[in-house]
Amino acid sequence: MNIHIQGGRVVDPAQQMDQVADVFITDGKIAAIGKAPDGFKADRTLDARGCVVCPGLVDLSARLREPGNEYRANLESEMAAAVAGGVTSLACPPDTEPVLDEPGLVEMLVHRARTLNLARVYPHGALTVKLEGKAVTEMGELAEAGCVAFSQANQPVRDTLVLFRTLQYAATFGHVVWLQPTDSFLSQKGVAHDGEVASRLGLAGIPVLAETVAIATVVQLMRESGARVHLARISSAAGLALVQQARTEGLPISCDVNVHHLHLSDMDIGFFNPHCRMNPPLRSQADRDALRRGLANGQIDAVCSDHTPVDDDAKQLPFAEAEPGATGLELLLPLTLKWGQEMKLSLPQTLARITCDAARVLGIDAGHLRVGAEADVCIFEADTMQRVTRDSLRSHGKNSPFLGYEVPGRVRTTLVSGQVVFQQA
Amino acid sequence: MAYNPQLNRNGELQHLLTIEGLPRAVLTRILDTAAPFTEVAEREVKKLPLLRGKSVFNLFFENSTRTRTTFEIAAKRLSADVFNLNISTSSTSKGETLLDTVDNLCAMQADMFVVRHASSGAPYLIAQHLAATGRDHIHVVNAGDGRHAHPTQGLLDMYTIRHYKGDFTKLTVAIVGDVLHSRVARSQIHALHTLGVPEVRVIAPKTLLPVEVSKMGVHVFHDMREGLRGVDVIMMLRLQNERMSGALLPSSQEYFKYFGLTQEKLALAKPDAIVMHPGPMNRGVEIDSAVADGGQAVILPQVTFGIAVRMAVMSLLTGQSA
Repeated sequence: MNIHIQGGRVVDPAQQMDQVADVFITDGKIAAIGKAPDGFKADRTLDARGCVVCPGLVDLSARLREPGNEYRANLESEMAAAVAGGVTSLACPPDTEPVLDEPGLVEMLVHRARTLNLARVYPHGALTVKLEGKAVTEMGELAEAGCVAFSQANQPVRDTLVLFRTLQYAATFGHVVWLQPTDSFLSQKGVAHDGEVASRLGLAGIPVLAETVAIATVVQLMRESGARVHLARISSAAGLALVQQARTEGLPISCDVNVHHLHLSDMDIGFFNPHCRMNPPLRSQADRDALRRGLANGQIDAVCSDHTPVDDDAKQLPFAEAEPGATGLELLLPLTLKWGQEMKLSLPQTLARITCDAARVLGIDAGHLRVGAEADVCIFEADTMQRVTRDSLRSHGKNSPFLGYEVPGRVRTTLVSGQVVFQQA
Repeated sequence: MAYNPQLNRNGELQHLLTIEGLPRAVLTRILDTAAPFTEVAEREVKKLPLLRGKSVFNLFFENSTRTRTTFEIAAKRLSADVFNLNISTSSTSKGETLLDTVDNLCAMQADMFVVRHASSGAPYLIAQHLAATGRDHIHVVNAGDGRHAHPTQGLLDMYTIRHYKGDFTKLTVAIVGDVLHSRVARSQIHALHTLGVPEVRVIAPKTLLPVEVSKMGVHVFHDMREGLRGVDVIMMLRLQNERMSGALLPSSQEYFKYFGLTQEKLALAKPDAIVMHPGPMNRGVEIDSAVADGGQAVILPQVTFGIAVRMAVMSLLTGQSA
């Protein structure tokens, strides 16, 4: 099957490409950009005039809620949401029910995802059994089953010795460990950034200290264990500064940020808006500004949606009781574009953070349009504004602090391996 | 005017959720409305017909005999029908959600909810739900939510201060104790600022103060003697049992030594300073009996005024002020 994507503005950050050109796809792979290969005869032509044609997006964290929480969302609904948002590769954290700590579960998830033939799913294996922070998992077996990294999702390992041992074990086989840096003692019972807003609203606080102490610990353990660590969801300026220090020292460290944290701060909690309950919490405006700059200048490697569908029953509760998290797969592109526009970045600079940079963090061959690559492509209207509503979201999770907002970018077509998996009606 | 879920389009009180953000005129109106109600209590027939036929639901998700009783008395003196529901939080977490409970009570023709909840912001959730479902005729009164607010307590404290001191604009007020966990302190601070008190102090160990508390416009003291010097009003806070030992404080004895109000420390305040406490008191922990029972304490009048202030709030909310 030959596909001809005609007349779009091709933006491929990996090749520093930004030009109006045609894209030619043969047998699910990128065959050429610009001039058609010899003898190319299109079976299907997609008109992309006025649109941006870029690599399919890579999302570093999306909860699909399978297995175990199918009443909130399932693979069908969330994979449909992914491709509707232009996301063609996504990593899912292991905090399912049961936890992804057994190869059989991982194989089943990978198989289920593959048969749906939508986005590619890259599971993270649990770092410790049941995420309890006590015993290391069978990382070798889990990796063979399809896990690309090991993580605790957002459950910290409380015991520093266990954390050290798991890092050593992972380093033995060269596995990357993903940690959301939170000191569980300092964050205990907290529900919001420990600052002026939490003090005024009487919400138990999670201090920045919970992040910085955890990062400082991880960095020390990295030096001793030689482990490669990706710090997921940096939330504070002080935390980012510690990551930068470790990077300067030459440690194999990387980090990402939740796209919501680029736009929101604790002020947005307003009158206890449960949609602004996040993990880690939305921090101060100064922190938000540091994250925005850090992502622009590369101190933060990539941005993700941290997609977390939560049903109304678990969200429409008093702030402290509401489950943290926001739906995000369909907002990753719009909110990243909004950030790029506000920071006055070029489109290649902006899109790099959700394509090739994210793929590099994940260690997968995706997020670029080089000749010969799998033809995972996102075609979108960059300037069209769209209102986020419950009905506009395909995800079962309708929990977004951006409900009612106008955001830029409208995905028109998404392709995975040269197959159209989403087409805007 | 900034959006405020407590006020309706005409700037009138729709719900009483917090004192923060309420204009001075609204606070003064409540205090003025309360004044004649204090006389009702001294009559032989202690009843007014202002809320006749109205159903007031006391929705208590957290135990409180005292606050519930004062609301009940206030509603009954206004001739309302009062229904008390004590719903332990554990039962809601397992079964019916908070909003399901509210919907059910709405179906029973409730006119007002008086809500006490362990989670900060719970009354907002109810008020927003009522607005979203077009039930604007139902009013919500926050009777204490988590650490956030206890507006009727704040108002009765202001009534008490005005009763004894008259003018707010020349006062120095000290709030002493566990500000971190106190909804009372937060409501007091907002009320004092709104009514024009020029100097509000908080006195507590660092472990019992919220971060950036000074951004609420208060002067922070860790030395009680220094903090009490020259003040007109001392507002003591209750120290919960569970805070008395652990990482926050070593013991109630040591707390009393450094932050308990004794006659000797009271002597550092102005000679006519008044001593307040929201109750229930821990004698010998935050306050010495000699002070609690002494001539400068106005703790029992606070309770009496509390009923009048709650009557004022309820009657103003339903548009039935005397």
